[in-house]
Amino acid sequence: MEERKIRVLVAKPGLDGHDRGAKVVARALRDAGMEVIYTGLRQTPEMIAEAALQEDVDVVGLSILSGAHMELVPRVLELLRQNGQEHVKVFVGGIIPDEDVPRLLEMGVTAVYGPGALTEDIIRDIRAAVLGTPA
Amino acid sequence: MNLVDAVLAGDRLALSRLLTRVENQHPEGIEALSQLFPHTGRAHLIGVTGAPGTGKSSLVNRLALHYRREVQPAPRVAIIAVDPTSPFSGGAVLGDRVRMRDLSGDSGIFIRSMASRGSLGGLAQTTAALAQVFDAAGYEIIFIETVGAGQNEVDIARLAHTTLVVEAPGLGDDIQAIKAGILEIADILVINKADRPGVESTEKALRNMLELSHPLRHVFRHHGKIEVVEAAAAAPQYNSWIPPIHRTVATEGKGIAELVESIARHRQHLIESGDWEARERARLQAELEDLLRETLLHQFRSRIAPQIYEQVLQQVLARELSPWDAVHLLVDRRQG
Repeated sequence: MEERKIRVLVAKPGLDGHDRGAKVVARALRDAGMEVIYTGLRQTPEMIAEAALQEDVDVVGLSILSGAHMELVPRVLELLRQNGQEHVKVFVGGIIPDEDVPRLLEMGVTAVYGPGALTEDIIRDIRAAVLGTPA
Repeated sequence: MNLVDAVLAGDRLALSRLLTRVENQHPEGIEALSQLFPHTGRAHLIGVTGAPGTGKSSLVNRLALHYRREVQPAPRVAIIAVDPTSPFSGGAVLGDRVRMRDLSGDSGIFIRSMASRGSLGGLAQTTAALAQVFDAAGYEIIFIETVGAGQNEVDIARLAHTTLVVEAPGLGDDIQAIKAGILEIADILVINKADRPGVESTEKALRNMLELSHPLRHVFRHHGKIEVVEAAAAAPQYNSWIPPIHRTVATEGKGIAELVESIARHRQHLIESGDWEARERARLQAELEDLLRETLLHQFRSRIAPQIYEQVLQQVLARELSPWDAVHLLVDRRQG
């Protein structure tokens, strides 16, 4: 009997020590039936790409509050590509200035969420991106 | 190059993808298992179980580091960490990697988190199959960390060559935590967080429990005289292993070297006593019989008309037939 689950890596790159948002999202995704691999605080892009490879995830969710997103996100995307995981969808949440959002999307990020984003929207977007169902 | 060849050649992305297919019981995954099977049987499977909060993940983290840094030649290490699936949503949060960040950046280590997906007994249904894939891929040490339920985790003893049962002081009622069959499956007992108060009483409780299941000497009355017979002398042919008790502080790396030595000694004991082969035989036989049962049932169901099956089931439901009689009826009808 074949059984497929959406697997999501939730990671916090960079140095800020605040993971409440990441944990709320992780729990919401679990309640939506997904398998969430939670890696904890202060992950380097290398650690995140390695975990994504070993766990064969469909999605990487990055929570960034430190303001270093324009350095961290492209590095994660590049490492995923180097590992042959260009199919992995990358979602970014946290405090991201409006003007950076289009640049992140252009780099290949699937969606960006700010404070106050609804978990239902995140779940819907992940399902759409992974399963190809219309949002 | 197909997935199996890529895995055998050491391609980590191929390995990861194959693990997913095996976990999902995708036909391609099952086909790959058949091709990989001749390459299995070399790894030392080490089960790690115990109640939640005893520090299993931290302990595995330290053990893996030790194998990679202190053992020559360094074996490749795989870790399968099983966490529970939510019975309500079917989802899971797999958090064991949080305690294993020291292992990042070493290509000789591969960590895979696994949700139990509704299976009881502390392992997922396909945990054994994932271990086979790692074995075939050349990982010589495979840790299997179970769901931390503390009871009912006997499955791990069937799968692993060496089972570590992890305890910690001050987790409430010591006897409660260790009574439910979990002690009997231990090849090695570990008291982690041994820098905490209460370690003496935890060790004493464990030692008392051990004495019951592994008596060192038999004392009995013979014509009114008390006789004492050393267990080893009474049954020299019975080469028994008495589980050692180790104290560790995983977060500081204390006691880890001794524990690794103990694991190696247990492996040696299994090989010399013939238990390694006996365990392999029991495990493979159980796997064969599970598959046989599943296949025969599937075949049987495909040959019997659903109406007839339903009819018999209804008769059982109405208490007109016992389940035993129903089986006779179904099986004889098919043969007649």
